[in-house]
Amino acid sequence: MSDSAETPSFFARIFLAWVAYFRTLFDGDFAAGVVRLREGRPALPPPEEPKAEEPKKKKKAKKPAPVLKEAGPDAALQLLGLLQREGRFVDFIEEDLGDASDADIGAAARVVHDGCKKALDDHFTIEAIHASEEGARVKVEEGYDPHTIRLTGNVVGEAPFKGELTHRGWKVSDVRLPKMSEKHDPSVIAPAEVELA
Amino acid sequence: MSEATYSVGIDLGTTHCALSYVDLDLSEGEAVAQHVLSLPQVVAPGTIEERSLLPSFLYLPGASELGEGALTLPWDEAPAFGVGEVARTLGAKTPIRVVSSAKSWLCHGGVDRLAPILPPHAPEEVTKVSPLQASILYLEHLRDAWNAGHPDAPLDEQDVVITVPASFDPAARELTAEAAREAGLDNMVLLEEPQAALYSWIQGTEGTWRDQVSVGDVILVVDVGGGTTDLSLMAVAEREGSLELHRVAVGEHILLGGDNMDLALAVAVRNKIEAEGDKSLDAWQLGALTHACRGAKETLLGDESVEAVPIVVPSRGRKLVGGSIRSELTRAEVESLLVEGFFPEVGSDARPKARTRGALTQLGLPYAQDAGVTRHLAAFLARQLHATEDVEGFEPRLPEGATFLHPTAILFNGGVFQSGLLEKRVSAQIDAWLEADGGEPARILEGARLDLAVARGAAYYGYVRRGRGVRIRGGTAQAYYVGVEAAMPAVPGMEPPLTAICVAPFGIEEGTRADPAPQELGLVVGEPVSFRFFGSSVRRDDAVGTVLERWRDGELEELPEIQATLPAEGKTPGDVVPVRLQAGVTEVGVLELEAIPRKGDERWKVELEVRAGEQE
Repeated sequence: MSDSAETPSFFARIFLAWVAYFRTLFDGDFAAGVVRLREGRPALPPPEEPKAEEPKKKKKAKKPAPVLKEAGPDAALQLLGLLQREGRFVDFIEEDLGDASDADIGAAARVVHDGCKKALDDHFTIEAIHASEEGARVKVEEGYDPHTIRLTGNVVGEAPFKGELTHRGWKVSDVRLPKMSEKHDPSVIAPAEVELA
Repeated sequence: MSEATYSVGIDLGTTHCALSYVDLDLSEGEAVAQHVLSLPQVVAPGTIEERSLLPSFLYLPGASELGEGALTLPWDEAPAFGVGEVARTLGAKTPIRVVSSAKSWLCHGGVDRLAPILPPHAPEEVTKVSPLQASILYLEHLRDAWNAGHPDAPLDEQDVVITVPASFDPAARELTAEAAREAGLDNMVLLEEPQAALYSWIQGTEGTWRDQVSVGDVILVVDVGGGTTDLSLMAVAEREGSLELHRVAVGEHILLGGDNMDLALAVAVRNKIEAEGDKSLDAWQLGALTHACRGAKETLLGDESVEAVPIVVPSRGRKLVGGSIRSELTRAEVESLLVEGFFPEVGSDARPKARTRGALTQLGLPYAQDAGVTRHLAAFLARQLHATEDVEGFEPRLPEGATFLHPTAILFNGGVFQSGLLEKRVSAQIDAWLEADGGEPARILEGARLDLAVARGAAYYGYVRRGRGVRIRGGTAQAYYVGVEAAMPAVPGMEPPLTAICVAPFGIEEGTRADPAPQELGLVVGEPVSFRFFGSSVRRDDAVGTVLERWRDGELEELPEIQATLPAEGKTPGDVVPVRLQAGVTEVGVLELEAIPRKGDERWKVELEVRAGEQE
């Protein structure tokens, strides 16, 4: 208010009157200010923080809700089917391991590991995100992508950061899922088998 | 030559098929634009994936066995058969409906190869197929896969090269060519697999092969595939200042391959499991065990620090923990079963246990009785001692008094040699023979011995056929004879003596004909007449018309009978017409025999395969 000590021009005043008319009608704080001016009291200094916050809050409320992606079930079912077919994944996970010996679990784990690895290798190209060995001191440069690198522990300050690589991360660079015939029902992960003698 | 855009090589293997292609417009000299086609196939009911290999398996499903859309392919809504991975997977649990090793049946002279005989142990209800039909179905799958990816350049307009084992007999080659024709592939030629492997090596050297071999070299190609072992010898000669390759000899058809080796390991592990307790394995589990043994074998042969690899046979039911059977494969077992069993150390005078010719019709495949690949190799090299003698421009390095033909270089091909250990074993064995026989060690031609080498070499051959690279000269690797019973009074208890008349000399090149044999044979008008037929891979000097009254053991090999039928048109049925036989090799690479009458210019084709329904 101190920097607008000059008297506005006539046309500027027409505009001001127009704006003031509507703000007096719709903006309670503004109207209160106008009342103070009419009564000859000095205008209140603008309440710094809340005033700045308020229009932002209103804008946020008007923004549409973020669109959340929803993956169709087919690809997930397909993957389960693949893991079951190649590595007996569902059989293994659905089994009660309570009484099983570690040796038996280990034997089964080989089947699951070999098969699931084949399924992953055949259908995905999976790469480590960070090239360094785990445990190495690494530098996180300015402008890094927080999607691919997550900072943990004493996260303060600005990039570049220095820290220890605790996990190299994984990224799928290529997906080669099988195609399905139209009549195929991917929710059947493994059909029941009946052997005829 | 056709206006093809691509040269396509097809490896129609016993256990796998593959297709590779060269873009002719983009290739120049040694710079060859070559690719391997990804082959869409059903891998599980309703699921389609692309793989570089198509397993040579055919599944014949029951009427309601599979749901709708289970076998749908990108180009066929409802195929009647499953081809490829799905056939192998389903067949592991339902063996009565799966056709495998059709290619070995195609070369089995003891059965009618055009009759629906596969799968051999299928019950009545299963509609069987013939070995020829199975081959046609594999080729059609490859054709449709190609056409789906190249709608502007259909396969029947491309130059197609299909590989066959070098040891395939004339009838099996003719049937392979027929399968290709039935699949609509008219621009097609045949190529022997060891030659394809050598072409693949030549291509891999990017022109430096000329520095790696020299005149006088004898290259031994040892190709151990999934189901067969194929041996060939190539001589390096010189003509007009440039090197020339001659395929001088091919080995016998040996039904012995990598699959036998994996199965041998699996059976040993199964016996171990069954001896340990009351567990027994069913056929599917033996299949799973074979698969596990293959992986374990590769680990053991590839890494000398590993002493044993655990093997787990999964249960069939959902109870994996506790239901699975554990065992292991040890280094000692692999060495004794595989290395000693299939590649034993033997002398160069070792010979495989002779296969006694059983009844003409056998029910199963005539698997090699002797599993010792090294013994087959020793016999082959000894038999071919004189193979390079007539090669023009060749400078023999064979020392005097040699007892077998000395290879100077070896090219290994086939998945079996991927591990390196077996390759070392074979090469050490050959070197030991060479040293004992006064020769120098043979060097190994390093190259890709991948599953795809044969298909790649075949596609490259299609390219060099257009005059863009070195060609291996070959011609027929056998001389062929017709057996005629001598006319003499019957003596009880004694077979009438048989004489063999040479109708096709050694080394007829593609697209050429030999002279007709001067001897006349009588054909009966309107009736099929069969002749006994023989081949020899050692009698290189017999001219057409040579008559053999006796021959040494192993010199002549009996092949399936041949048959001629004279059409009755314009003649009196039952009349005997004297004819002469003339042999040639077609551009496709198939032996052709024709009967020519004394008068007139008619020619009748003599069938190398006795057709069903025409047999007496």
